[in-house]
Amino acid sequence: MSDGRRATRADICAVACAEAFRGDGEILVSPMGFVPRLGARLARRTFEPDLMLSDGEATVIDEHGAVESWMPFADVFETLWSGKRHVMMGAAQIDRFGNQNISCVGDWARPKAQLIGTRGAPGNTINHPTSYWIGRHSPRVFLPSVDVVCGVGYDRAATLGDGARFHEVRRVITNLGVFDFESPGEGPATLRVRSLHPGVSASDVEAATGFAVRGFDGDVPATRAPTPGELALLDELDPDGRREREVAT
Amino acid sequence: MDKRCTADEAVSRLRSGMTVGVGGWGSRRKPMALVKALLRTDVTNLTVVSYAGPDVGLLLAAGRVRKVVYGFASLDSIPLEPHFRRARQAGAVEAVEWDEGMLQTGLRAAAQRVPFLPTRAGLGSDVVRFDPTLRTVTSPYADGEELLAVPALPLDAALIHAHRADARGNCRFLGVDPYFDLLFARAAETTIVSCERLVEGWDLPLHTPGIARPWVHAVVEARGGAGFTSCDPDYGRDEATQEAYAVAAKDPDAWARWYADWMEA
Repeated sequence: MSDGRRATRADICAVACAEAFRGDGEILVSPMGFVPRLGARLARRTFEPDLMLSDGEATVIDEHGAVESWMPFADVFETLWSGKRHVMMGAAQIDRFGNQNISCVGDWARPKAQLIGTRGAPGNTINHPTSYWIGRHSPRVFLPSVDVVCGVGYDRAATLGDGARFHEVRRVITNLGVFDFESPGEGPATLRVRSLHPGVSASDVEAATGFAVRGFDGDVPATRAPTPGELALLDELDPDGRREREVAT
Repeated sequence: MDKRCTADEAVSRLRSGMTVGVGGWGSRRKPMALVKALLRTDVTNLTVVSYAGPDVGLLLAAGRVRKVVYGFASLDSIPLEPHFRRARQAGAVEAVEWDEGMLQTGLRAAAQRVPFLPTRAGLGSDVVRFDPTLRTVTSPYADGEELLAVPALPLDAALIHAHRADARGNCRFLGVDPYFDLLFARAAETTIVSCERLVEGWDLPLHTPGIARPWVHAVVEARGGAGFTSCDPDYGRDEATQEAYAVAAKDPDAWARWYADWMEA
């Protein structure tokens, strides 16, 4: 039970994922990974009751996991092209502009490691808001440049002009903090810290990131703690604590 | 017209060098009995278009594939396809990796007999860098927007596993997702369908998704014909066999044994 217990890092990450969906209203959310799924269900149970939750297959589920409606892949594609969707994907690599790689590591012609492939990342990122969940923030993931651009970042989007008017990389949530993208005034937006999870320092992020993160010049707020009600809901939605296994400590 | 035949008769239509589309998605409702029949022939040098799973893995492992057109390759419960991984990492196969929506768009263009269809998907990504054949198109209307012109993906043949079919080739999908099998069939010159059960007459809801007979050229009854991939609601994925497949793929001798057993099963 959550009576009086302290929030864990995974609780805070799940709430941060939920916060990424705040204001989304009646759209499809496709959270990939357990913590993003938990966050989406929490958002739906609390401040975003109109979200449609994809189960990643052909079903839209309600906040209790029961079937709400049918959405096969063809319909997911049509939905994402229409823009009524917010996806939260993972990333094998991500750079300061938010370019994301899930395709392969190394040389394209003969990769050192072939991963799953580009999947829907190009289409997602150019058509509707995208966020990323990275449970292990490390310099192997946060790189100066990615080997393959699957999810489109702000520098690539800037070259497309009006063609990128639906592009938005909204949040990057990691085990260390919450990030977004802001333009330094000129040039494309780059990664900026929004908040650090309790107990995380700027130097922790610096050591775990292969490029300079903006936003550390002033005081960086702490990621907000779950309310007692949210903690109780997290325990109800994830009684076995699966969320703990997806968050590096 | 009665289109019933054996799997071996059906795949005798295939020739080396063809472009072959495979229905299903990842490790879900793949036409494994037809893939097995294809592996009994000496057809090789294929271009395979697929939402890829063990279909592509088996054909790659047997050295039958020159080029793969795909958006991903996965066994679902096992995230990465081991043979596909190895082939890519050895530089042993030509790879055309598109956004998975682009794949649908290319099939739809072929199905509609237009040379391309426009989309935003792919713009700004390395899909266009690693496939230098891709071109953009400028809207002829006032907006003048530049879009990606996804070229039609015409198929010489499509291989599909359906839940039910009749002798004339009408087929039906009973699972929660029909995937893009209808588009594969419409994009193909020749479509070979295997089915869990051949039926006469229909007692299914009229709106059950399927493929109408003009797009189906051969019908093979193959019970369990998607195994070890899933064919819900008739049966789920045989996870133990898939696990054995993935483990065997790590070692050439183990693979030779697994493959020989599977081909005989």
